[in-house]
Amino acid sequence: MRKVNNIILETSLKVLLFIIALYSVYIFTAGHYYPGGGFIGGLMTSGALVLLLITYDIETVAKILPVNYRFLTATGLLIAIATSAGAILFNVPFLTHVFTDVQLPVLGELSLHTATLFDLGVYLVVIGVTMTIIQTIGGDE
Amino acid sequence: MSYLHLAIVSPLLFAIFIPFFHNGFRRVHTGWFALPLPILLFIYFLSFLPETMSQKTVMASLEWIPSLGMNFTAKVDGLGLLFALLISGIGALVILYSIYYLAKDKERLNHFYVYLLLFMGAMLGVVLSDNLIVMYAFWELTSFSSFLLIGYWYERERSRYGAQKSMLITVFGGLAMLGGIILLYVMTGTFSMTEIILSANQIFNHALFIPALLCILLGAFTKSAQFPFYIWLPDAMEAPTPVSAYLHSATMVKAGIYLVARFTPVFGESSVWFLLVGGVGLLTLIWGSFFAVKQTDLKAILAFSTVSQLGLIMSLLGVGAAALHFEALDDNIFTIAIMAAIFHLINHATFKGSLFMAAGIVDHETGTRDIRNLGGLIHLMPITFTVSLIGAFSMAGIPPFNGFLSKEMFFTAMIQVTEMNIFNLETWGILFPVLAWIASIFTFVYSMIFIFKTFTGKFQPEKLAKKPHEAPIGMLISPLILVSLVIIFGFFPNLLSNSLIAPAMAAILPNLLGAGDEFDVHIYFWHGPNLELLMTLGVMVLGYILFKTYPKWGNIYKRIPEGLSLNRLYDGLLKGSQTGSNKLMNRYMTGSIRSYLLYIFGFFIILLLGVLLRENAFKVDTSNVSDIGIYELVLVLFIAVGSISILFVKSRMTSIILLGSVGYTVSLFYVLFRAPDLALTQLVIETISVSLFLLCFYHLPKLRKLETRMRFRLTNAVISIGVGAVVTVIALSAHSNKLFDSISQYYVENTYVEAAGKNMVNVILVDFRGFDTLFEITVLAIASLGIFGMIKLKNRGKEG
Repeated sequence: MRKVNNIILETSLKVLLFIIALYSVYIFTAGHYYPGGGFIGGLMTSGALVLLLITYDIETVAKILPVNYRFLTATGLLIAIATSAGAILFNVPFLTHVFTDVQLPVLGELSLHTATLFDLGVYLVVIGVTMTIIQTIGGDE
Repeated sequence: MSYLHLAIVSPLLFAIFIPFFHNGFRRVHTGWFALPLPILLFIYFLSFLPETMSQKTVMASLEWIPSLGMNFTAKVDGLGLLFALLISGIGALVILYSIYYLAKDKERLNHFYVYLLLFMGAMLGVVLSDNLIVMYAFWELTSFSSFLLIGYWYERERSRYGAQKSMLITVFGGLAMLGGIILLYVMTGTFSMTEIILSANQIFNHALFIPALLCILLGAFTKSAQFPFYIWLPDAMEAPTPVSAYLHSATMVKAGIYLVARFTPVFGESSVWFLLVGGVGLLTLIWGSFFAVKQTDLKAILAFSTVSQLGLIMSLLGVGAAALHFEALDDNIFTIAIMAAIFHLINHATFKGSLFMAAGIVDHETGTRDIRNLGGLIHLMPITFTVSLIGAFSMAGIPPFNGFLSKEMFFTAMIQVTEMNIFNLETWGILFPVLAWIASIFTFVYSMIFIFKTFTGKFQPEKLAKKPHEAPIGMLISPLILVSLVIIFGFFPNLLSNSLIAPAMAAILPNLLGAGDEFDVHIYFWHGPNLELLMTLGVMVLGYILFKTYPKWGNIYKRIPEGLSLNRLYDGLLKGSQTGSNKLMNRYMTGSIRSYLLYIFGFFIILLLGVLLRENAFKVDTSNVSDIGIYELVLVLFIAVGSISILFVKSRMTSIILLGSVGYTVSLFYVLFRAPDLALTQLVIETISVSLFLLCFYHLPKLRKLETRMRFRLTNAVISIGVGAVVTVIALSAHSNKLFDSISQYYVENTYVEAAGKNMVNVILVDFRGFDTLFEITVLAIASLGIFGMIKLKNRGKEG
């Protein structure tokens, strides 16, 4: 089959990919205050990766991003469970979150919340799951 | 644990060691190891005689499950002791007999004696347990061990058939009996037989009285081979002959008799009990004796004769229960029926045991049990002949043997039925003596057939498998002991009367005795020239004529159609239930998903609609409803058009796109109803699922790629409209029946205060209800791994 030269797609991807990725990170981090969160952020990030997959083929994407998405799923689950189970160490019930305001040198005053760690787990699992499914089905010939 | 408990379970414990004896001492017949135990038990049980004779009851209790009222309470009274002596005594004789009957090197003797001892222990447990649940446990153990013994030669098809049949029938009855026991527990709150008898009056007026009675009787009738459940007994004759002699003449089949006798004080006053026990007993008696004449196999004759004699005892117990109605009489003549029952029970055990053993000897020494091939053995086997003669004459009721005495008492009891002025017996009670008399004539006939067809007539050595000769002395000891008992009890019946019969009567009719009283049991040889004697004479004369003319009238048996037999019914039921359930299964387990979905949804509709109607829960309340805007209307129209057109489009591609459009409209709904998180997620998820749909569509096999419209099916339409309607009705009613305010106010107030977030949805997801989220992401992970596994590993099976 003749390789189609889709230069327009490839060029626009270079711009769009980062915007989408940035937006997905924004949605993930803003989740506690504005619409969004780990789930939709993860979906958005995998949307960016899917765009990458559509533009190039699976092997190229695997070369650009050498990630085993099943490990990503497992890491996400581990983070979520560790965050939940960590509460037990402090003698409070499973899945008790804490938050505190911290003064950081560069970032200034920040409200840190363990719920974000839990959401990070969700975020990673969603990326891992979506990409595993799409790669597996797409790579099956 | 008292010695009594130990005695009851000792056969079970001893059975453990039988295989070691068998394997350790190959040269000694295993039966010798088993023999001492029943002898010891017999002597041990004899030691209870003085106490039961003075109307005392020995009780010993061992806690088992006290919280449920189940304790292993052993109780020795007159009735229990009588049975215990029968079980251990005949058990010892049978084991002795089996030592000579079963070859040491050909048979699996360890199996045989283990089963036999299991049976013996179970039987002792049945008759000596006061707690009904314990009794039931032992009862089932007798069924199981009897199953194992009948199927002892399991390589034979008939043995397996007989074992299965007896198992099914007796366990059926046993379960019914368990039901009866539980009903009794419901009525009295105790499993103890003694206490249940004490509260007999309370039971008599209870609504559950009749069901409990029927359940208990079902147990007794199946075990004791009463009509119509007797059919397992003739087939149980496939067991080795010692087993037939022990189980199917002397002990197991009398467990039902024991049960009826035991429950007489509880149920006996009822007319149902009288009619069922007396009537079924009488029917069994005449039916069994009539069909015994037809048999050509020695053991089959004895099997039917056992059925018939058990019917006799059963009918006597039924009639004897009437004695409870005449408590006021000073000299209660109706107790004679109970006396006759017990006396005949003992007599039957002696003569039937010896007859089975004699039949076993004939089988063992000639190789056949078919009376058409036998004959003229009188000179070859004189001792066996003597044994059979005495046994059979006693069975036929010929003086001077013990069967004569109990038969006379049987007639007396049956004649007295006509004099009872209860249950309208003065009119049709005449049937009792008449039927009993006819049955006795047939009993006489088959007893004669048993002896004279076997031992007299022409000797036909060419038809016999072996060269016949007299049995070894060891095999003859047991039957000789039994027939000498037949003679001793015949001449000195009062040996038994005070020692065994009176205490047993006291146990069956406890309320008829005043304190310190005793039943006056006197069995006379000579009653004087009364009606009973005439009846006996009539039996002998008519029986003799019938026996001589049997070839002439024997043909009537051939005219009885085979299809009417109860065996045909049993086989038909068994086969019918198998094919029937197969057909039923094949009918509704079609294997098609569509049918199962129809069942599920149909059931869903019926159940929910039924509950709604029954509870009258349907309600539409519009007071709490928001205004409907133009946007909602438009979106509803979109969704309705989209989902309805899916049903009518031809192309699958179109339906996928329509489905996508419905999904996007749903996300618009989320926007409209102010759920931004849901809207975002719904949009992305809808996109992904539509692309996955398209992917599946692309991979559809070419063969099935027919672009057709969905077929219309009325059932599908009805069911789907029904489900939709039911769900709508429930949603409306649920909305209209709101009982409490929502708890969401808590989240609104605490999202920022407690959880430092402003997006309430996300805070609920990760903080308030984070546990759900944890497992939802697990579900996602499992799904992705599942897909990965399905696709990547799909060829592994073929390669490996």
